[in-house]
Amino acid sequence: MITETQHVQFDSLGLDSGATLEPVDVVYETYGELNAERSNAILILHAFTGDAHAAGVSRKTGKPGWWDNMIGPGKAFDTEKYFVICSNVLGGCMGTTGPSSTNPKTGKPYAMEFPVITIADMVRLQRMLIDHLGIDRLLAVAGGSMGAMQALQWTVDYPDRVAAAIPIAGTWRHSAQQIAFNEVGRQAIMADPDWNGGDYYGGKGPARGLAIARMIGHITYMSDESMREKFGRRLREKEKFGFDFEIDFEVESYLRYRGTQFVGRFDANSYLYITKAMDYFDITNGSGSLAAALEHTQSRFLLISFTSDWLYPSYQSQEIVNALRGRNKDVAYCELSSNYGHDAFLVEVGEQTEVVRGFLASTYRMLGGNK
Amino acid sequence: MPLAAELYRGPFVRQLLGRSDYRIISELIEPRARVLDLGCGDGELLAWLAENKNVDARGIEIDRTKVQRAIARGVSVYQGDIDQGLTDYPDRAFDYVILSQTLQETRRPLWVLREMLRVGRRAIVAFPNFGHWQVRLAHLFSGRAPKTKLFPHNWYESPNVHFLTVKDFEELVDQEGWKVERRICLAGSHTISFLHNLFAEVAVFMISS
Repeated sequence: MITETQHVQFDSLGLDSGATLEPVDVVYETYGELNAERSNAILILHAFTGDAHAAGVSRKTGKPGWWDNMIGPGKAFDTEKYFVICSNVLGGCMGTTGPSSTNPKTGKPYAMEFPVITIADMVRLQRMLIDHLGIDRLLAVAGGSMGAMQALQWTVDYPDRVAAAIPIAGTWRHSAQQIAFNEVGRQAIMADPDWNGGDYYGGKGPARGLAIARMIGHITYMSDESMREKFGRRLREKEKFGFDFEIDFEVESYLRYRGTQFVGRFDANSYLYITKAMDYFDITNGSGSLAAALEHTQSRFLLISFTSDWLYPSYQSQEIVNALRGRNKDVAYCELSSNYGHDAFLVEVGEQTEVVRGFLASTYRMLGGNK
Repeated sequence: MPLAAELYRGPFVRQLLGRSDYRIISELIEPRARVLDLGCGDGELLAWLAENKNVDARGIEIDRTKVQRAIARGVSVYQGDIDQGLTDYPDRAFDYVILSQTLQETRRPLWVLREMLRVGRRAIVAFPNFGHWQVRLAHLFSGRAPKTKLFPHNWYESPNVHFLTVKDFEELVDQEGWKVERRICLAGSHTISFLHNLFAEVAVFMISS
């Protein structure tokens, strides 16, 4: 499956902060065919540093999509049956308008002039894309991590436009621990002199700060077990300790590599803005009453969490499930067994595929789609 | 099987998915009802009811693998404990709450039954009858915790923590002021028409409060 990224521009987008963005670009990819009734569309919502290239092989880069193991012919999100859409989020740096985009008022990148955004803002822009594609009601919205937050936001903000939601390894509000990790990442970036108050475009950019932020992120995406299995205490290309501060352990080498690699593909200001959007995320808008927030949802739900995910622990999904059951909503939930920590939603595809496939098929049947 | 038991056998009950209690339950449930199955396993009964009776099917199951299989079948199942899982549901959320062959495994059976009748208009309970004559004989002659076809486990590995008979259940229903709407006693695929507590292997009750 060779895929191409598409692009659409909207005149303006009103934001939760009160600011307005004019204009707004969105990049997206689609896989499969929209049926005549326009009833088989699934919107995939990417996680923090993801992009619109969710599946297939990109014509431009030759790289597979970030969820290619889940999306494609015969896969969980079966592109022979469903029309699958994935767009880059607002605030991102992979084509959709974000802090690295040109501010039409100044002709220069927005940088810190970019307004602070929320998960609800991201979802509002996605809804505009869905309108643009002529789809009244999505068969499903699905995503892991920050994608799960967007999925939940969809069911609350546009209840009549989502038949089903699949929030995976997510939460209904960012916890103190989740905010804490994000704040350390932001501080690493902002403490780098090359960040320069966000005004680094055309220059060097906060490569060290961004790499450190990513190293912290990677630790939180793995688990004690997965790190022990993957690295243990193995030394990197040496038999003995170096008795210096060069790389000794494999795990150090891995984190540095991941950090450096990330700098080449992600914008530091996007890191700041998107983590802030996640930290602001609270589906109850501060009321704390989850059941009340989910009262008017009309979707079926499938929630999935993973046993070793300590960044978005199962209890956060279970709280959503219990609130939905308290309102007698149609909800399925399972905690899948995995050693991969938060990364599990990207790599543990076997069992995830079975539950997602069954859930989508029954939703499609209920809506009168093909058997 | 001794002749005595054969004599008391009533009409033949067909099986559903290999089980006669499922057949009875499927006949008790009205089409398009809202159904909650507690300890629903891999959701085969719920999937059948959804497919054939168009019910709104929900389930609770503790076993992770079974939950996955149930969701893969398209049934909305919640991975959790019956003892805790019922509390979140609002009153009268369901038309029927099913507890099939699991009552004897719950830690707090009376509490579970009360909760079933809070969240459902009717409760359908199927359980193996500890008063069956084979159980009685096994206990009498072996002097050990009875092991029979119905109760095949050694005492130290049995999932059953409460043993009850048809009579016990009826007494509890009286005591709680509930109403028995239907009682079907089964031996194999046959219904028992008298001496239920002696000959029933499995009893299916539909009760309401």
